[in-house]
Amino acid sequence: MSGNRETLLYLDGVSVTFDGFRALNSLSLVLAEGEMRAVIGPNGAGKTTMMDVITGKTRPDTGKVVFGKDTDLTKMDEPAIADLGIGRKFQKPTVFEPHTVWDNLLLALAGDRRPRFTLWARQTSEESDRIDAILKTIRLREHRDRRSGDLSHGQKQWLEIGMLLAQEPQLLLVDEPVAGMTDAETEQTAELLREINRTRSVVVVEHDMAFVRALGVKVTVLHEGSVLSEGSIDHVSNDPRVIEVYLGR
Amino acid sequence: MSPWTFRLCLVAVLGGAALLSVLNLALPETAAFHVPTYAISLAGKYLSFAMLALAVDLVWGFAGILTLGHAAFFALGGYAMGMYLMRQIGTRGVYGNAILPDFMVFLNYKELPWFWHGFDNPAFAIAMVILVPAVLALIFGWLAFRSRVSGVYLSIITQALTYALLLAFFRNDMGFGGNNGLTDFKDIFGIPLQESSTRCGMLIVTAIFLAAALLVARYLVTSRFGKVLIAVRDTESRTRFLGYRPERYKLFVWVLSAVIAGIGGALYVPQVGIINPGEFSPANSIESVIWVAVGGRGTLVGAVLGAVLVNLGKTVFTGALPELWLFALGALFILVTLLLPGGILGLLGRPPRRPKNVTPAAEPAE
Ligand SMILES: Nc1ncnc2c1ncn2[C@@H]1O[C@H](COP(=O)(O)OP(=O)(O)OP(=O)(O)O)[C@@H](O)[C@H]1O
Ligand SMILES: [Mg+2]
Repeated sequence: MSGNRETLLYLDGVSVTFDGFRALNSLSLVLAEGEMRAVIGPNGAGKTTMMDVITGKTRPDTGKVVFGKDTDLTKMDEPAIADLGIGRKFQKPTVFEPHTVWDNLLLALAGDRRPRFTLWARQTSEESDRIDAILKTIRLREHRDRRSGDLSHGQKQWLEIGMLLAQEPQLLLVDEPVAGMTDAETEQTAELLREINRTRSVVVVEHDMAFVRALGVKVTVLHEGSVLSEGSIDHVSNDPRVIEVYLGR
Repeated sequence: MSPWTFRLCLVAVLGGAALLSVLNLALPETAAFHVPTYAISLAGKYLSFAMLALAVDLVWGFAGILTLGHAAFFALGGYAMGMYLMRQIGTRGVYGNAILPDFMVFLNYKELPWFWHGFDNPAFAIAMVILVPAVLALIFGWLAFRSRVSGVYLSIITQALTYALLLAFFRNDMGFGGNNGLTDFKDIFGIPLQESSTRCGMLIVTAIFLAAALLVARYLVTSRFGKVLIAVRDTESRTRFLGYRPERYKLFVWVLSAVIAGIGGALYVPQVGIINPGEFSPANSIESVIWVAVGGRGTLVGAVLGAVLVNLGKTVFTGALPELWLFALGALFILVTLLLPGGILGLLGRPPRRPKNVTPAAEPAE
């Protein structure tokens, strides 16, 4: 399916050590342009650490992280990587709590990030149209003027996905988007991600197997910092090693 | 920081200064409502402190930088003004030296140190009031924010900064009058300092500067810049993943805040008539943080209110029981922290949006 598409993201032999503990162990992964990939694995497998490495939060001890043709992400810091078009949703939903839902999206909208711009910036009608459209997509229209800290857990998850959309990234890294959601919300989120994937590449980390199945994409299983198995959901869930370390418990 | 408290604060600052001046100048000294000149200068001092408090609130309330060294910027602005006022004395000093201030003659200086040149020119002195705090803040902030020093560590180095300046300014060979500082001023811009009308004028000018600083600060914190700043305060790392560079935002507001503090110091010195190294003492910086906490952090208006009220209290208290003031201040701080996390302004209904140190910030660590 993705065999002849351009490679968007390429992790090559990435290792990360925290005080002697190997969180990532020579991890390699290839993501094609326009692909959506699900990443699963037991707690502590290194899924979040992988996202930290891609987004510049953590520098790997060894290995390469290449974005697009030849951009080496390990040499860049977080804002520069965000600028390139990599957006991230955190495992714990992280929104700007004192701000309204609207303002959260406004701050996330792609645009000039420099103080000299934001000091004088006036909201344009183009910006409000885009925020309106995102509010509709993430189903938070009636909540636009609420303080985002007062939203429910699931609503915060969506707001954060909305902020991700507002950034207009090429690649979205989504860490556990459906944690704490009801079944109906989970289903809607799967739908939303599939929709997003029509125009953007996505890496989604999730423990919820029903959700992963609903996404219907290639799955990578991480274990102790490296890839244990990779393939369709049916392939990996029948892999005896995966059953042993993850699904069997 | 609702609009009405903000407007009320502007009116109170400007109207209060005008009213006190009228009551001082227009009424005979025997009249019941006459305001004595020393009270005018006292009010001017409070408003100068309010500028320091406003500066602290900008960085603490909106950028989460708990500064424990802001009095350093205030004192530097004060010294720049003090140097101008010293040069204004001219031959009227005890030693009658037209160039050298008294303390330099006393310490056997042969000529004016290079860094005193230009301070006889008011425009130059005013430029220094702004530039010296700004440049120091720029260097300090650039180093600190770029290497992501924050929290307690940052607080400690701000305290170290003011302490280092305290020690330096105490030294006689620094050329700033050592222990005694700069004093015995005669004129400002050629106008005799002791006149009641000059005192009232200085109070009104201070009120105008404070009002202007409030307006600038309010514009800043309600702009999109301010929204980013508040986001940085609560969840700094999250803003980075959105492509913002928090260090630039912090640096800008830090330097602006230092300038406001410096102007406050420059307004303070002619009204109290002296600037000495004691203004750099760590306790002063800590007091300014307490004013903000008492008035209400992150509200701008609260900073002004807190500075005026606490200093009014200090004037009354130190008159009656001087040795107990520090205990009273400490107790006030503890009470406010425990019982009034939103400060006085938090009491006035519509609680200010609670700063994040009350509910620990949700850091996107994992
Ligand atoms: N900053 C850090 N310092 C020390 N150890 C860390 C740090 N970050 C992660 N680790 C450790 O690295 C390992 C991998 O963590 P990571 O968060 O990537 O796991 P995960 O696969 O996301 O797990 P979960 O499913 O629980 O979210 C864990 O054992 C964790 O304790
Ligand atoms: Mg994780």
